[in-house]
Amino acid sequence: MPLLRVENLSKNYLVTRRLLGPSTLIKANQKINLTLESGKTLAIVGESGSGKTTLARQIIGIEKPSEGSVWLDGQEMSFKNKLDRKKRFKNIRMIFQNPYESLNPQVRIGESLEQTLRINTKLSSKQRKQKVIKTLQKVGLQQEHQYRYPHMFSGGQRQRVAIARAIILEPRIIIADEPLSALDVSIQAQILNLLQSLQEEMGISFIFISHDLNVVEHIADTIMIMYQGRVVEYGNVSQIFDEPLHPYTQALFASTPVYRSRFPQFLPKTSKRNQLSNFSGCVFAERCAYFEGKCELNNPQLVSTDNNYQIACFRFE
Amino acid sequence: MNLLHVENLRVDLNSGNEQLPIIDRLSLRMSEGETLGIVGESGSGKSMFAMAIMGLLSPKMTMQADYINLDGEDLMKLSEQDRQHYISSKAAIIFQDPKSSLNPCFRISSQLYETISAHSLTTHKTRKTRAIELLDSVGINYPEKILGLYPHQLSGGMNQRVAIAIALACKPRLLIADEPTTALDVTIQVQILDLIVKLNKTENVSVILITHDFALLSKNTDKIGVIYSGQLMEHAATKNILKSPKHPYTKALLNSIPQLGKRHTKGSRLSALSGHIPAINALPVGCRLGPRCPSAEKQCVKPVRLISLPNHGKVRCHLVAVEKPLNKESDHMLDNLQSYIEQ
Repeated sequence: MPLLRVENLSKNYLVTRRLLGPSTLIKANQKINLTLESGKTLAIVGESGSGKTTLARQIIGIEKPSEGSVWLDGQEMSFKNKLDRKKRFKNIRMIFQNPYESLNPQVRIGESLEQTLRINTKLSSKQRKQKVIKTLQKVGLQQEHQYRYPHMFSGGQRQRVAIARAIILEPRIIIADEPLSALDVSIQAQILNLLQSLQEEMGISFIFISHDLNVVEHIADTIMIMYQGRVVEYGNVSQIFDEPLHPYTQALFASTPVYRSRFPQFLPKTSKRNQLSNFSGCVFAERCAYFEGKCELNNPQLVSTDNNYQIACFRFE
Repeated sequence: MNLLHVENLRVDLNSGNEQLPIIDRLSLRMSEGETLGIVGESGSGKSMFAMAIMGLLSPKMTMQADYINLDGEDLMKLSEQDRQHYISSKAAIIFQDPKSSLNPCFRISSQLYETISAHSLTTHKTRKTRAIELLDSVGINYPEKILGLYPHQLSGGMNQRVAIAIALACKPRLLIADEPTTALDVTIQVQILDLIVKLNKTENVSVILITHDFALLSKNTDKIGVIYSGQLMEHAATKNILKSPKHPYTKALLNSIPQLGKRHTKGSRLSALSGHIPAINALPVGCRLGPRCPSAEKQCVKPVRLISLPNHGKVRCHLVAVEKPLNKESDHMLDNLQSYIEQ
């Protein structure tokens, strides 16, 4: 039984541009399915606006899904039920992109961490303090750091604090939303190594949101590629990195210096259509190198070609 | 001929009664038509270097140099006003975030016209044709239409193209791009870089590309300068730096990038440089990398100078000077580099 299962998760937003004007429907996520095994890493890749963060927010339960369900440990998690919410917040934790914004500047690090414990556990004050110290040490910080405020830390250290806050409840799943993109290169490697050793030590599963293919290949087991709210390709890292099949995946690869020579012809054109317009065809049609007439009329379904591999493209139906 | 020749550039931040060196005796030469990449962590002074050349330093900072020779004229000998005028006719800069470098209150047209009329006598008509020509040269599809829009109506990539068009308005000899792609999406990144490289070829503009991403530089530059804590650590041809980096810092930077296309065994770790860049008011004695350097030795507490290595370039490291082999953990790294070069 998979640790986490997501079924047909969709999120629509109604957007009104003018006061009392007509509202349009934005489909931020459309019928997304995924499973995550314990101790594994799933990477979600896509450009900005592809719905990666919306998906993460629905999984963790801070955004109400328009449709579909999230199953944790074989049990459906309802959005409204308080017990379910509590269980979900305890078992799924999140690390945000920008450690400069995700920590409260007025609260000492130690208090910030302790608050998480006070809300979610029944530990005594003494036990909580011990736990905070232990967790700080686990992420490579020192005991005395608990008395400091966030502004006294560098970016890398802040991200360590954010990680400490995520692991302090010993969660089963951590969703890391671009945890490296606000950091320097040399610091990125430190944080990546830390995440890996925590995974080995504590058996945490990761959902790793990123657009950096180097990093994804380094840390992920399975990879899901999203474009404008839909999954376009889903499979094992080795499979997709050996032979990316979907034109969008190929375009992503073509924009990295190393893979560029392999797919020179797929450099994407800029998209002119915006997300708001009603459009029934394939979301990628306009930028696609293999564009055909039918791509504009129908939307290709996500089909599994073999076990654990899925692709949404007419060329593989 | 050298387009840019900087000798002993020093930029100080005046804080109270202290003078903190943001850039410390930086010397650099750049020939015409060259693309120079500058890498370093944030806080290493790479942007300050660009600002110093452009004369855009804040009043809190003072700049000294033996000379800064830009296209045959020594900037240090010119008066403040002449210098501004001269620089703006020879060099242009584009910044990281196009949304914040364009004025949200004005249409694209007026922002372009302003720069165009500052550099040549124009009528309304010639100004417009020039603006359209510029937008066309940066690959914007319907330039007439774009002229009437505001920056918020354009995407990030388009805004960056407009920023480049504005930079090109003065027909610069030198274009400084300060992290031009960091704020953009991956797929757009390539387009902007391609555009800069294309301009380098077609318009014969020399380019200084400032970034912290080695992968971007590997394809698009002739030479690379590595800056750490305000000092130039290594300066050599891109090929040499990628094939056989001499400075431990360059090696560490290259090592800390997970390599694409090479399968990692589960549980393998990147070799990360420990710690972080020192604050300018607490610089270490001797070599500035010292406390973080994986191969530091006793002699590293002595100050170190930039040395020329035959067949390579310039390096600032004690260990290279005595021709000692650096530490041996470089197998992974060599593979890593090899693949950059082969591609």
